[in-house]
Amino acid sequence: MLDLTFDTPKPKTIQGAKQAWELVIGMEVHAQVATQAKLFSGASTQFGAEPNSNVAFVDAGMPGMLPVINEECVAQAVRTGLGLKAEIHLKSAFDRKNYFYPDLPQGYQISQLYHPIVGEGEVLVEMGDGTARVVRIERIHLEQDAGKSIHDMDPHMSFVDLNRTGVALMEIVSRPDIRGPEEAAAYITKLRQIMWYLGTCDGNMQNGNLRADVNVSICSPGAYEKYRETGDFGHLGTRCEIKNMNSMRFIQQAIEVEARRQIAIVEDGGEVVQETRLYDPDKGETRSMRSKEEAHDYRYFPCPDLLPLEIEQGWVDDIAGALPELPDEKKSRFMADLGLSDYDASVLTAEPESAAFFEQVADGTDGKMAANWVINDLFGRLKKDDKSLADSPVTPAQIAGIITLIKKGDISGKIAKDVFEIVYTEGGDPAQIVEERGMKQVTDTGAIEAAVDQIIADNPAQVEKAKVNPKLAGWFVGQVMKATGGKANPKAVNEIVAKKLAD
Amino acid sequence: MSIDTATAAKVAKLARIQVDEDQLPALAEEFSAILGFIEQLNEVDVDGVEPMVSVTPMRLKRREDVVTDGNQAEAVLANAPDAREGFFAVPKVVE
Repeated sequence: MLDLTFDTPKPKTIQGAKQAWELVIGMEVHAQVATQAKLFSGASTQFGAEPNSNVAFVDAGMPGMLPVINEECVAQAVRTGLGLKAEIHLKSAFDRKNYFYPDLPQGYQISQLYHPIVGEGEVLVEMGDGTARVVRIERIHLEQDAGKSIHDMDPHMSFVDLNRTGVALMEIVSRPDIRGPEEAAAYITKLRQIMWYLGTCDGNMQNGNLRADVNVSICSPGAYEKYRETGDFGHLGTRCEIKNMNSMRFIQQAIEVEARRQIAIVEDGGEVVQETRLYDPDKGETRSMRSKEEAHDYRYFPCPDLLPLEIEQGWVDDIAGALPELPDEKKSRFMADLGLSDYDASVLTAEPESAAFFEQVADGTDGKMAANWVINDLFGRLKKDDKSLADSPVTPAQIAGIITLIKKGDISGKIAKDVFEIVYTEGGDPAQIVEERGMKQVTDTGAIEAAVDQIIADNPAQVEKAKVNPKLAGWFVGQVMKATGGKANPKAVNEIVAKKLAD
Repeated sequence: MSIDTATAAKVAKLARIQVDEDQLPALAEEFSAILGFIEQLNEVDVDGVEPMVSVTPMRLKRREDVVTDGNQAEAVLANAPDAREGFFAVPKVVE
């Protein structure tokens, strides 16, 4: 069992002209499902292909074409649901959401309004300062993505590419449990992290593989708690939905800007109108999407082309059994079993690749040392070169090799940094490098004693002073280290210097 | 349930069907008649009866996650009134 005890973060408050206001935020995150083929056709989901090359006649909405569901999309949705500790519905169904737009050739989106595949779950959102909030998930449903319109290729025409049309999306709907812009960003970061671990969505926001609609409202302090007690939305303000954002920075800006707009309206004696809005990052404002409002009547009805989706508990159990260790579990294991700090464990588990790399280093060496070397030395060095972990010239085995040499006493921590730099720039086996380049630490007490004797003999005045002031022993240690090219075992040098000076 | 002309006009707009003003009353009347006919179903007591979604006792057909289709941009664009550089070209739509 996880032992995660956190304080709840304070909600973000914005001081208006008359009073302080709290923010209440709910999110609909659209995550592209990581699969080869689309939700209902055999066309590829590959990003960046030639326009309209990844299009089957089903996707193009050609008459008479019928959708056939991709089983892996269902499995990925189930995996995601399990990762969010959510209820899996063995029976779900597809509905048509009807609207007209050039990038929606069917004239409807196949979605799951009435019977989603995944029900209630939760996500633990850590804020990095020891506080964390549990955000409740209302549901996850499967649906088709729309195509892409390009507006800047011609002054009078929009160009439509249907490659994305019909690609599977998971819409992850949260309850209004997010209480500020930073929490909103942390929530998306956490969802993305969990889906990275699960392999269900690559989370690439730039490519639009992770987008969010953000519902923002404001309330007086204390009102939110009443909502949580009673479940009555009447305690909350009217919400506005900011559509389709795919940048963490813009999401945070938009929330703040929208909250301030609502505060100004309410304090002025007006009323917030529930509507869909768009964030304009250039102007730093949100504006109404009136066209969307008109078409808001989607006339949902069950999709007559698709039977209900029924899955077996055994199949779900198999998926559950094969689930990887998730970020929360991994982090608490790193802390409990390997003795890592909260911060180090967070950094190392942020991405599954870094966690896997670290675990290979730590395996058979030492957890804390491995964490230090991976975070400070490797990550630091990679950052300096603007490289990602995938491009790392150093393997986990090489870092483990360096740590082993330190633990064996073959090299000092200082020499180890030099070995790391050699391994990083030239490659090679650390043990062999140390051997061949004579970097091995001198632990031979005879050799160290000889060096100490020499220095004592050369500096009689210092010896006299050191007898009065024992702190001066450090100077002798430094001289010995210098004389041995830093290769003398510092612990042995300390002991021998102390002994000789006492004689 | 009775459909008025305003509702008929709204439905026509949502379906992108152009209807002349003078045709709306007749359309609204037809709508009302259809709904009235369907409403007879409400007289049947269906308490405890699971909704039937299909007359065939079939399971939803599934597909493996394999790319089997695509690479036919020309065919996809063949019926387009206007296509340029591999895209459908449509009158400008910007929010």
